Formats: sequence, structure tokens, C-alpha cells
Amino acid sequence: MIDKKIIFFKPETKNQKSFPLASDGVSAGFPSPADDFKELKISIDQEVVKNESATFYARVDGQSMQGAGLDDGDLLVIDRSQEPENGKIAVCFVDGEFTVKRLKVENDCIYLMPENSKYKALKVTSENQLIIWGIVTYVVKKV
Amino acid sequence: MFALIDCNNFYVSCERVFQPQFDTKPVVVLSNNDGCVISRSNEAKSLQIPMGAPAFKYRKQFKKNNIKVFSSNYALYGDMSRRVMSILENHSPNVEVYSIDEAFLGFTGFENFNVTKKSYKIKKQIYQWTGIPVSIGLAPTKSLAKIANKIAKKFNHKTSGVYNLDNQEKITKALKWTDIGDVWGIGHRYAKLLKSIGVNNALDFTNLPDQWVKKNMSVLGLRLKKDLSGLPFIKLEEVRSPKKSIATTRSFESILTSPLDIEERISTFAISCAEKLRIQNSSCTSLMVFIRSDPFKKEKRYNNSCIVHLSNASNSNITLSKQAIYGLRKIFKPGVSYKKAGVLALGLTSKESHQLNFFEPNIGIHNSLMKVIDRINYKYGSRQIKLANQDLDRMWKMKQKNLSPKFTTVLEDIIKVK
Repeated sequence: MIDKKIIFFKPETKNQKSFPLASDGVSAGFPSPADDFKELKISIDQEVVKNESATFYARVDGQSMQGAGLDDGDLLVIDRSQEPENGKIAVCFVDGEFTVKRLKVENDCIYLMPENSKYKALKVTSENQLIIWGIVTYVVKKV
Repeated sequence: MFALIDCNNFYVSCERVFQPQFDTKPVVVLSNNDGCVISRSNEAKSLQIPMGAPAFKYRKQFKKNNIKVFSSNYALYGDMSRRVMSILENHSPNVEVYSIDEAFLGFTGFENFNVTKKSYKIKKQIYQWTGIPVSIGLAPTKSLAKIANKIAKKFNHKTSGVYNLDNQEKITKALKWTDIGDVWGIGHRYAKLLKSIGVNNALDFTNLPDQWVKKNMSVLGLRLKKDLSGLPFIKLEEVRSPKKSIATTRSFESILTSPLDIEERISTFAISCAEKLRIQNSSCTSLMVFIRSDPFKKEKRYNNSCIVHLSNASNSNITLSKQAIYGLRKIFKPGVSYKKAGVLALGLTSKESHQLNFFEPNIGIHNSLMKVIDRINYKYGSRQIKLANQDLDRMWKMKQKNLSPKFTTVLEDIIKVK
């Protein structure tokens, strides 16, 4: 009888070296000299959306805020996490509709100020139902 | 320490964020196909509109009381839910998303902070950032946090939406106040059993001997009993395991009698299950098919279902459609007015634990085809590619008469501001 033992060989795992993954595949030609300078892509989202959970969008309907650069059809980025303050542009819900105006805060009332001489300021007192829905942080427009 | 955050009348609240003119009006949201009421504003609740009320029976009442009716807009609700949950993740590293409108937070390590105050802050922040009102219940265990939440909601004017069961006296009072049928995890069968032996509220339940509970309600019942007594026996499940079963069921828009029409529905439901399976990377080993006649008509009632076992786990549109129709043909009875049908995918297996079949060489034969179909449907809108046994004219669009725009997920649907 031959007494032979089976010997198992295991790969050496103590000195593991990790190698970078060439996700673009490897070709035998000259490597792109730009590979070392790869950056992330430019993202408009990252620039204009500061707080994703609180960010909503709205479309401008009309010219009441022309002076502030908000034209009919522009896309508004609204950040609800920003506190409403005097001088900020806000999307408000007043008297049954959404409107975008600049806030002017006085002691006893708030004015919703248009930026177009054809429109009148709206004085909001405790009698009106006013919801300051969110603060406009960016305008996206087509040129 | 646990917190349960629950969005108040969630679907109604989502609609109101973008249509604040309904903030003080009675509002209801209907289920898929405008079947029945699944969310009610407090105003609708005080008008005695019950949960689950079939829409067609209440049409007159909706009209008479000027109740605003919405079809369900899951694109909107899903997006708003995601926002609420991601805000919660800023407040605790341990979040268990329990349902579309509920989450448990683990507050371990926050014992030295004023968690009630913190909860008011969270509530205020969620409301400001998303417009969704929430209630928060705090307690030493999850099942007690459920009860605390209920108290916060029920006595909103007193609690301002946050309630903390932070001492034994409060816990005892709360347990006594909670009807046994309302306890989290007690189904109506157990509630009936418990009431028959004189256990009417949660406090009575915690006073039962352990042995009785274990014998009659299994180890799960005992765990619940301990948890309600204030010992945290129910753990936070931060990672949800993939779903154990997947289903697509619908009420039909109108009565169906022809076998071909019903086969079309069953095929479409089976394909919808296959799509859901592929999303979570699993397959099913059997299908359950059921059909049901109109429950509101007394004559010729008929309900039946059957289970079809697949020779191999599958998530292919073609296989599931074929097998579901095979099942349907076994139970279809002519001459019945059918109103509802469904397909359930059972015995789900993940790709890794696939059981192979020695005699079946064609496992996964449709995989690449399904990938292509998914990609096309993703790019060009859902269900552009169909099987020939499905209706190509889309006459089966869901009934959504009062659907609101997809305010947060479709650019054409965002709000307009003057």
C-alpha cells in the first residue's frame, strides 16, 4: 500500500496587494495622457441644489418680477429650508394662488413687492391667508 | 429610546402642499382605480367618511359636503416620502423606514439630551422643508412608541404633535387607554381571543402570565408582551430584507366576462410582477392567480384561486405570463361577472441562491431579452414593449379621474407662479 497524503496548497493571502481597477479596459496602445487629470463632471444640480430634501421647482407665469430677472417661462429653484427674510424673493400662496414676489417686512404687515411698474404691491395683513411657501434661490432661463 | 415618526394623513397632506387652497377643506384620496378611500383629512373624518369607503357608494356624500376627491398619485407620494425619510437620517444614525409614511428612529445615546425638545425641532423642520405635518411618539420600546404616537396624534391640541412616554405612570395610563385590537401586531383573530378571556386593553395584556401568551400566541406574542411592558424586545430593522412576496392586483374599471379579456389582465399583472422581481434582483418559484366576482352584486358570486409551481425560478415576462394564464384557465368559470383579479409571485429566491434543475437546460434563457425590454421601457416610458397577449391599445389605463400633477418628479407638472 502506498501511503500518500493529499497536500492542499493555499494561495498566499497575507501580503495582499490591491491594484487599481482599469475600468476603461486596457488596450495596448499609448495611454491617454488625460487619464491622470480626470475630474468629476460639472453638475448644475450640485451648484443650485443645496438642500435636496427641501428643494422644489416652479415655472414663472407672467412678467411681474421682470426687474429681478424673472421672466415668463423661467424655471425657479426654491429652497424651503431657507428662512424668509426682508428683501428675499419668495414663492407665496395668497388669496388662492401661487405668486412670486420680493418680501418687504414691516412691523405690522408684509408687502409682496413686484418688480415691474405695471404691477401693484400687495399689502398682506392678518386678514389675508398668506403662506410663504419657499425662498427662490436660483433662476434657470433660456437665452 | 425609540421615536416613531408618522406623517399625518400622508396622501392628503402631499396633495395639500401643492394645492394649499384645500388646507382647511375636507379632502380624501382614493386607491388605485379610484376604488375606495385610503386617506382622509381631519375634516373628512369628522364628516364620518370611513377609511376604505367604496367611492361609488359615497359619490353623493362627497358632492353634498363639498369634499375634494383625489386619485392616488404615487409618484408624488413616493417623492415626498423620500424627502421626509432623508431628513430623518440627519437626526439619527438608526432609522427604520417602516412604511411610506412611518419611520422608527433609534435614540440610543441621546438619553442625556432632551429628546422631546429635539422631536419638536424635527417636526418643525420636516414641516418647513417639505410641508408635511408629522406626529412623533417617544418611548423606551417600539411598540410603546407606536402608542405614544397615537396619543400625540389624537390629542394634537394638547401635545402639539409630540408625546413622550417617559415614566411608568404615563405608560400604565397609556396602556390602559389602548384597546387590545389597536395594539401593533395584534390582528383581529388574537384580539377576539384575548377579549374572550377578558383582556380588553394593552395593560390587561401585559398582566397575562408569560406561559399563557407563549402557548396561545407563540413566541412572537410573548416578545410583544415584553416590549409593551417596557423592555425593548423588538429591534430596529435598519436594513429591510427584500420582499418575501410580490403582488399585482386590481379591480377592473368595468365588469369583465370574456375569458380573453381576463387573460389579458392576468398576463399584464404577471408581467408587472416580473418587472418588480427584476428590480429587486429576485425570481419566484410559484405564482398564485385569483379572480373574484363583483362583491357588491349578490347573484352568482364566485371567488377562486390557484397556485402554479414553476419548474425553475423565473422573473421572465414570457414565462410568468404563460404560467399565470395556465393557472387562470384552471379556475376560470364562464358566465360570471368578474370585477377583480390578481397575480402573486411567491417563493422568492435571490439570484445567488438559485436552485438549478438538472433536466431543464434553458434556465435564464430570457435574461438578456428582459434586460433589453427593461432598458427600452425605462427610456421610452413604461410598457412600450408588450407581449402579444396584452392589450396593445392601452384600454386598461388605470382609472384616475382626479389625478393631480406630478409636482415634484415631472418638469412639465411643476407649479406655476404668477
